[in-house]
Parts: sequence; C-alpha cells; structure tokens
Amino acid sequence: MDLELSQRQVEFRDEIRTWLTEHHPGRIASMDTPDGFEAHREWEKVLFDAGWSVPAWPVAYGGRDCDLIEWLIYEEEYWLSGVPGRVSANGVSLLAPTIFNFGSRQQQDHFLPKMASGEHIWAQGWSEPEAGSDLAGIKTKAIRDGDDFVLNGQKTWCSRGAYADWIFCIVRTDPDAERHRGLTYLLVPADSPGLERRPINRLDGEPSFAELFFDDCRVSADHVLGEEGQGWGVAMAAAGSERGLSLRSPGRFMAAAERLTELARSIRADGSIDVRLRDEVVDAWIRAQAYRWQTYQLAAGLMGGDEIGSEASLGKVFWSELDVELHATALRLLGDRAEIVDDNDWLDGYLFALSGPIYAGTNEIQRNIIAERVLGLPRRG
Amino acid sequence: MRFEFTDEHDMFRNTVRDLFADRCPPDAVRASWETTDARVPDLWGALAEIGVLAALAPEEAGGLGMDEVAFVRILEEVGYAAVPEPLMEHAFVAIPALAEARSDALDSAIAGSTTITIDIDGSGTVASAAIADAIVTRVDDGLAFTTQYDTTALTTIDQSRRLAAVKGGVTVGLDGADAALAYDRAVLGAAAQCIGIARRLLDATVAYVGDRQQFGKPVGSYQAVKHHLADVRIAVEFAAPLVYRAAWSVAHPETHEPLARARDVSMAKAQASDAVDLAARKALQCHGAIGYTFEYDLQLWLKRAWALSAAYGDARRHRDRVATAIGLA
Ligand SMILES: Cc1cc2nc3c(=O)[nH]c(=O)nc-3n(C[C@H](O)[C@H](O)[C@H](O)COP(=O)(O)OP(=O)(O)OC[C@H]3O[C@@H](n4cnc5c(N)ncnc54)[C@H](O)[C@@H]3O)c2cc1C
Repeated sequence: MDLELSQRQVEFRDEIRTWLTEHHPGRIASMDTPDGFEAHREWEKVLFDAGWSVPAWPVAYGGRDCDLIEWLIYEEEYWLSGVPGRVSANGVSLLAPTIFNFGSRQQQDHFLPKMASGEHIWAQGWSEPEAGSDLAGIKTKAIRDGDDFVLNGQKTWCSRGAYADWIFCIVRTDPDAERHRGLTYLLVPADSPGLERRPINRLDGEPSFAELFFDDCRVSADHVLGEEGQGWGVAMAAAGSERGLSLRSPGRFMAAAERLTELARSIRADGSIDVRLRDEVVDAWIRAQAYRWQTYQLAAGLMGGDEIGSEASLGKVFWSELDVELHATALRLLGDRAEIVDDNDWLDGYLFALSGPIYAGTNEIQRNIIAERVLGLPRRG
Repeated sequence: MRFEFTDEHDMFRNTVRDLFADRCPPDAVRASWETTDARVPDLWGALAEIGVLAALAPEEAGGLGMDEVAFVRILEEVGYAAVPEPLMEHAFVAIPALAEARSDALDSAIAGSTTITIDIDGSGTVASAAIADAIVTRVDDGLAFTTQYDTTALTTIDQSRRLAAVKGGVTVGLDGADAALAYDRAVLGAAAQCIGIARRLLDATVAYVGDRQQFGKPVGSYQAVKHHLADVRIAVEFAAPLVYRAAWSVAHPETHEPLARARDVSMAKAQASDAVDLAARKALQCHGAIGYTFEYDLQLWLKRAWALSAAYGDARRHRDRVATAIGLA
C-alpha cells in the first residue's frame, strides 16, 4: 500500500498542470452545435500536437504510453483546469479500446492516429428506435455484396452524429441468426452515399442527436472490426470500458465537486450556508472522493492483471447518480436564479447529468447486471 | 501510488477471519446476550495469542508494530462476525495511547490480562465499561487512565455491545498521548466495523433471497429485490476505499497533518455509516417478516449496525467535520 504520488508522478502532474494553464483556450461554444463542434476539433489538435490528446496510448499512435495511474492524474488535472471537454471522447473511450483489441494492424495504423489528432471524430451508432436497452434487438441490416456490405435501416440518438466523420455501428449481417448472433461491428464513413443524417434537438435545445437513415448504403467489408458475425462480443468488450473508467473518470466529478464548494462559499455575502444544503454539498464532495479512491484501488488491481468485468456497472451507477446530485445541489444553492439560462453552467450541467443514468446502459440495466453477475442472484423472474 | 493490500495484510486478516468463524459464530454472539458480561468465552485470550491485541503496539514494547492499514481489515472482520468484545477500543485506540504515554498498563493490555475501553469524548457513556478493567478517558485536551470507577448499566438495543454510565474512579494523566489522534482512531475503527457489518448483511440477504421461494420462484429473481441489493453492493463498494484511505492517513502523520487526517477519517465514517444504514434497511426489507423476529440471527447484525452507525459520531456529524476541513463551516 502506498497512497502518495511518487516523485515521477508529481513531476508528471506538474507538467500537465503547467501545460494546461499555458494553453487554456478560454470558453468555446458547445460541442453539440455545428460551430462548437469544429472549435472543439481544433482544441483536439492542440492537445494532439503537444502529445496530450491520448496520453495512455502508445507513442506510435500519438500517445505517451502512460500507465493507468498517470492517466488518472492527467484526467484529474484536465478537468480541474476547466479546459473544454473532449469532442473525441466517444471514439477515444468507446471505440479505441475495441480497435486495440480487435482491429487488424492496418485498421490500427489507419484509424488510431487520425482519431488521436481529431481528424476523425467518431460517433456511436448502436441504438435504434426499437432497440435501446435491448440492444441485441437491432434490425439495421448489412448484406454482403462483393467487397461491400449494403446497409438498410435506421439508427437513432447518435450523439453528434450529424457532424461526425465516422460512425461505429452494430448491424445485422445474418438476419436468420438468433438475436446475439449474426451481428457485426462495422465502421461507417459518415459521408457514405445512401446515409442520411437528421439532427434531433436534445432536452437543452441543441441539435446534438442524429437519426441515421441507411438506404442501400455501401460500406467496404474492410471496415468490419473483429470477425463478421462476432459483433456482439466485440461490442460488449467496449461496453465494459464505456461503463467504467475510460468514459467518465473521477477527475471530472472531483472538479465539479470543487466548483460546487466554491459556489456554496460564494452564495451568501457573509459566507454562511443553510446547514442542510451544506450537508448535501459535503456529501457530494465526499462521494467524488469515494469514486476517486475506489478507482485508484481498481487501477492497482488492473495493473496487477485483474480484469474489469461486470464490476464496471457499480461505477456507472455511482458516477451518474453522483453527477445528478452534484448539479441538483448547485441548483438548490442558486434557488430561484437556477432557472435563468444565461451563463448558467450549472443548469447546462444538470441537463446533461440527467442523461447519465440513461446512456451507456441505463442504471436499471446496470442494477440487473450487478444483481445477477456480481451478487449472483437468480436470472430474471 | 499503489492502492493494494500486501499478502501479509491478507494472511493476517484470514487468520482472524478463521478464528472468528470458529470461536465467534452467530450462536456465540447470541449467547453473549444472555450472559452477565456479554463476552465470548476464551476469545480474548485467543486474540492475545495470535497477536491481534498487540498488533498496533510498537515492537520494542512487545507489540507487532503493525499499522492502521493492516488493522482496519481486522476490524472489518469484527463487524462481519459481530464480535461482542471491545477489540477496537482496546487494541486500536487504548493500546496506541498507552504506548504513546509509555504507560505501565501497556504490558498487561498487550498480554490480554486486562481489557481497556475508551471514553473518547469524556461523555461518561462508555461501551463495555462494566467488563473493562480501565478506561482511556478524554480529559480536557488530553487523555487519562481511569480505574476503579463505578458503572450503571444502560439498557441498549444491542446487548452484545453494552454501554454504561461511568462515575468516579482513580484517574492518572496519560502524558504524551494524543487525544485528537485517539478520537480519529475510534472513528476510523467504527467505520471499518460498519463496512464489515454491511458486507455480512448483504451476504446473508443474498443467500436468503436466493433460497426463499414465492410465486414459484426465488424472491431474489424479482427485480425490485435485486435492485435493493445492487444498491447495497454499490454503497459498500464506494465506502470501503475511504476507510483504507483514512487508515493510510492515520498511519502517515508525516504527510497528513491533523486537519487532513480528521477530514479523511470523517469522510470514511460518513460513507460507512450511510452504507451500513442502507444495508440494514434493505436486508430487513428483503427478508420480510422472518427478519423481524428476535429468533432469527439477522437481528444481531441489524442492531450492531444501528449502534455503530451512530457510535463515535454519525454520518451527519462527520460531514460537519469535513465541512470544516474543506472551508465550508
Ligand atoms: C444523452 C444521450 C446520448 C446518447 N448517445 C447515444 C449514442 O451516441 N449512440 C447510441 O447508439 N445511443 C445513444 N444514446 C441512447 C442510449 O444508449 C439509450 O437511450 C439507452 O440504451 C436506453 O434505451 P432507450 O432510450 O430506448 O430506453 P428503453 O430501453 O426503452 O428503456 C425505457 C425505460 O425502461 C427501462 N428498462 C428497459 N429494459 C429494462 C429491463 N430489462 N429491466 C428494467 N428496466 C428496463 C429502462 O431502464 C428505462 O428506464 C444516448 C442517450 C442519451 C440520453
């Protein structure tokens, strides 16, 4: 047991902290709008040029070969500094682990550097109108025709799918096979003929979601990730990373908890706070720390060769509910000013936090997984 | 940074776990309710024998010189088995205080020929006071050693952890002992036990709902029951690391000044108290009426949960301490 940062880790932390301070681009528009999306792409390039876009990746693909602990330190500093969020996050945290695990050498060499630099921004095309939680029920068909697959069907809720360059999809390549079989993981260029993308406004009014309509859309068979027909297994490997560490590391919530305590301190001229609200603020702050230390413990296990399986669901529920509470507490502190949208990051943050218990597998689904696979309770009654 | 227990930590923990499984099964806990002293026969001696009582005493004083990181795992087991003895008070708080003060009482405490409890805030309401030989008591800003005191039993809901009102006695100052540190140790020790109790409540309930059938299926296959228990699992998962982290802070005064230590310890107790409260509520609910009986063993852990969730400060009080530490008071 050693819970202090080593000399090297301290130097690493100071290096990224200094770099972020010196390169902070200030406020840029929301990544869920067309202009903001491009502004965020430029920020990706700035990070990449300095080697800070994907520090945990191998040097050959634009990373620094950081270990898990360094990556967690990097994340803490990143979010604490208040620089813009990562428009590349879906690619980097959901797709990249899959490419590293299942991609051919050519796919790795081609896609990873472009993902790291922001040249390719990826969107996730999994959900369909009739297949949300029950993902294995997807119907979008991809039928082999020579060197291509021909896609027909519809995807939905595809975040930033209207602006993205590429979309990683799960499609049905064998319509006769039983549910989980016959699925294939396919990488689709967003400008493919026969693919129409229609934005849908989210709860906050921003056109972030896209519906994708495939009408005889041809995609090269070279873009299958893993084996044809093995898409379920390939996708589930990424779902582990989606729920777990890589999508939402503790740094994000620690930073939000710090901002929440600042808000609490500043809200009344004399510095006093309603005791009940103060209790909620402290509770949120403690839970962010709990997530942090649970993660350091998890990281030690992973570095020692453990695998993260269904346990990832514990973290998914915890961080998403913490995020909602953090922001709800901030809005309670703001009282009757909370509804004013202008310059109100807390309201924006609250609206986004509310989606956490829904995306990446709803929290009800996560609790089913925890009960059945972590606790070993009997399958569905 | 390496958040990982050593093999040595695990071995020590396993030895104690086996001892409790053997000498302190639920029947022994239940039996302690009926006795005058609420003790488990021969357990104290066995704990002395395998070095548990002496674990935190320095080696030069005949102890094992272990640190708090190793010992909170032992205290988890104390909670898991609902051990009636005041092991935390004696070995985790009193012995280090006696060692700091180079007290003559240390040798017999290490040997287990005495039992020492604590009155960490000087309130006069003391766990296991009636069976203890002495009390490490908070007096003003320091600690003192009290013997030959009078006790009046208080009827508590957990009769395997009895409280008494203490009066009088002979008091000798423990110069050199750190009262604030002793308080933090007691808080941390209670938090560690809460984790163990929560784990036991969860294990017992998972086993029960897998077995109990209604509507032709195990009740554990129903989603409402599953989600209750998933929530308990999550609460324990995110409370335990704060206990280990706080143990590290207590064990490393060179990098953790008292305010940081207090913050870490109070974070741990706040989360652990909340976790065990949730575990108790959900365990009872998922058992149905059988859990609501005196005969069924679940009550032993429910009552310990209620006692320790509040002992040495409840969640709310510890969040107040954290508030002070992070500048929100
Ligand atoms: C902000 C946001 C971004 C998203 N981004 C993307 C994206 O980029 N790409 C993408 O593919 N998808 C995306 N999604 C979609 C997301 O993955 C789905 O919303 C999610 O899988 C749930 O599916 P659904 O919305 O169809 O809800 P449903 O599955 O219809 O669920 C409705 C309710 O029923 C509950 N329920 C369903 N099944 C069970 C069960 N077995 N047991 C208990 N309760 C159950 C659910 O928990 C939920 O409360 C996004 C969603 C949001 C909100």
